[in-house]
Amino acid sequence: MQHFDGNSLAGPLADFFAFDITTTNARCNGCGNVSELARAMVYRSDAGTVVRCDSCDHVLATLVEAGDRAWIGFSGVSAIEVRRS
Amino acid sequence: MSDASSLATDASEAATPAAPVRTVPRAGWHTATVVAVHRETPTASRLELDVDGWPGNAAGQHLDVRLTAPDGYTATRSYSIASSGPSSRVVLAVDKLPDGEVSPFLVDEVRTGDLLEVHGPLGAFFVWEPDGRRSLSPAGRVRPVQLVAGGSGVVPLFAMAQAHAAADDLTPFRMLYSVRTPDDVYFADELMALAAASDAFRLDLVYTRRTPDGWPTPPGRIMREALAAAVIPAADRPLVYVCGSTGFVEQVASWLIELGHDAQSIRTERFGGT
Ligand SMILES: Cc1cc2nc3c(=O)[nH]c(=O)nc-3n(C[C@H](O)[C@H](O)[C@H](O)COP(=O)(O)OP(=O)(O)OC[C@H]3O[C@@H](n4cnc5c(N)ncnc54)[C@H](O)[C@@H]3O)c2cc1C
Ligand SMILES: [Zn+2]
Repeated sequence: MQHFDGNSLAGPLADFFAFDITTTNARCNGCGNVSELARAMVYRSDAGTVVRCDSCDHVLATLVEAGDRAWIGFSGVSAIEVRRS
Repeated sequence: MSDASSLATDASEAATPAAPVRTVPRAGWHTATVVAVHRETPTASRLELDVDGWPGNAAGQHLDVRLTAPDGYTATRSYSIASSGPSSRVVLAVDKLPDGEVSPFLVDEVRTGDLLEVHGPLGAFFVWEPDGRRSLSPAGRVRPVQLVAGGSGVVPLFAMAQAHAAADDLTPFRMLYSVRTPDDVYFADELMALAAASDAFRLDLVYTRRTPDGWPTPPGRIMREALAAAVIPAADRPLVYVCGSTGFVEQVASWLIELGHDAQSIRTERFGGT
């Protein structure tokens, strides 16, 4: 199945967050790796989008959109680092 | 692989640290008017858009195009922006995948005057911005930039090369561009002109199916040794931007790491496919 970079989530996530979350560092629950979301692997299907760790393939996040609702889960992320500007 | 503090150190050492990326304009949905369409290659079109309310964009950013069918069905795809700066004019170059849902429409059907719904500017990660101060610093203190493009993957990298030239930035830039044939080179005239105009920009082309007459090497896919010979050596600690089909990007990125490039210094943009 083809995949993209986390950088391609900038559009889908811009509607939900006040800043570009793709440059945020996130820690993977699976392997502890800390990396920008833009470096994660993104798999898309009609059912939704799955974001996987680029080090261990663990599922970091899921995004499901249906009509005017969206479900965003960060099941595999233990922390994100947000820098105040 | 690395903890937060080591990443923070990497970021502060990098020639494009996190700072510029947070200043990119806020994304929004806009109506774009197609102001020019032309054939870029036998399979691709260049679209120039005038985007209502566009806040400008940095080199390397993309936008999402949303097409809506009369029955309300929508399809959204990402396209890199070949231009940068404060202008509301935005240039795209789209390659047609014959069995694709969106690209055949953008390449063959779109006409001057058509309206498109676009979301952007997007992405603060795969971005290069000129830094006037760096241009003046001694050559040895500048981190050079290596661009590696496969096919349509040249689009955001062309924007970076053009921004580099427009800013008179002296950071050494080198582009390795892999294409099928001489007819498949995107922005061919512009790239040749950039390479001719500046010692700080070097262009290396690799032809995978057919070369120009008299080309020194036979056509063929880029191999590890050819990559090693054409990119800025790992010892010079370049920032590397790799863009193209997913298969191309994965192959190049894994070879770069084998050649000693630091994974944190490599930024990738996968366009899809295998
Ligand atoms: C951040 C980002 C920037 C992009 N920028 C550009 C750009 O500047 N120019 C451009 O032409 N495209 C770009 N793309 C790719 C673009 O978003 C679409 O994926 C592409 O146009 C195909 O869409 P489609 O609807 O025609 O094909 P789809 O209906 O989505 O797919 C049709 C078939 O083609 C395959 N496929 C999809 N993408 C590719 C590919 N790149 N190579 C080979 N096979 C593929 C699919 O697996 C599928 O079998 C970008 C993608 C991303 C994520
Ligand atoms: Zn992991």
